[in-house]
Amino acid sequence: MSADVLAFWFLAIVLVGSALAVVLTKNLFHAVLWLALALTGTAGVFLLLDAEFLAAVQLLLYAGGIVTIVVFAIVVTERLVGERLSQTSRRIGGGAVVAGGVLALLLNAMRGQPFPAARPEMAGDLTRLIGETVLTRFVLPFELLAVLMLAALMGAIYFARPDE
Amino acid sequence: MGLQAYLTLAAVVFCIGLFGVMTRRNTIGILLGIELMLNSVNINLVAFARYSGDVTGMVFTLFTICITVAEAAVGLALVILLFRVRRTVTADHLDLLKG
Repeated sequence: MSADVLAFWFLAIVLVGSALAVVLTKNLFHAVLWLALALTGTAGVFLLLDAEFLAAVQLLLYAGGIVTIVVFAIVVTERLVGERLSQTSRRIGGGAVVAGGVLALLLNAMRGQPFPAARPEMAGDLTRLIGETVLTRFVLPFELLAVLMLAALMGAIYFARPDE
Repeated sequence: MGLQAYLTLAAVVFCIGLFGVMTRRNTIGILLGIELMLNSVNINLVAFARYSGDVTGMVFTLFTICITVAEAAVGLALVILLFRVRRTVTADHLDLLKG
């Protein structure tokens, strides 16, 4: 139990720290690298929650896929614009007030709720359970998701294609 | 750790992402903030699924991860297209719809 608590606090510090770096760092390329760390930290949180399969998906799709796409976009736009990678923020005070307000609202809504402190035992292997649920009860959304991904990727290629 | 610890962590990350979306000028920076927000929602879904002993929330997380990747691909294609047309990334300069 103690190791669990220690791992949670370590991951929480990594996650919050890298998330802050994503929104505060000046260099856009560094922000993407911090985002990769944040997404990896989230995969660690999934591992703590016994969702090994989701942690693997998170690493493959999110940390691998999205970070690569964003780096490509930065490289392409950098070449087009020829500016430096540094970016500025605006209205930091107002943004901090609104974000802090939303956080206070969320924490206030959570306070005093009867959340469970202990986890129920899961029957059997979670990865196996996820696989069986996806391919039986949720097979239709699963197939629709495949169509959505195809449409989205074709749309992205259409938008980003070179001019004839 | 109880469920509340995970929910609090997700709320903090969500608000950091919200801050990024509101304050960044660069369109790609705004997209990074949106990724952070969607990511914290996934933490919530998995935590609730684990603490209620129901695998459905994890299946839903699988779907949201895939949809987020599709969103990122289309969003970044739009950013590249915007660069071609307007030669700028700054959200403040993209005011075509302003009357």
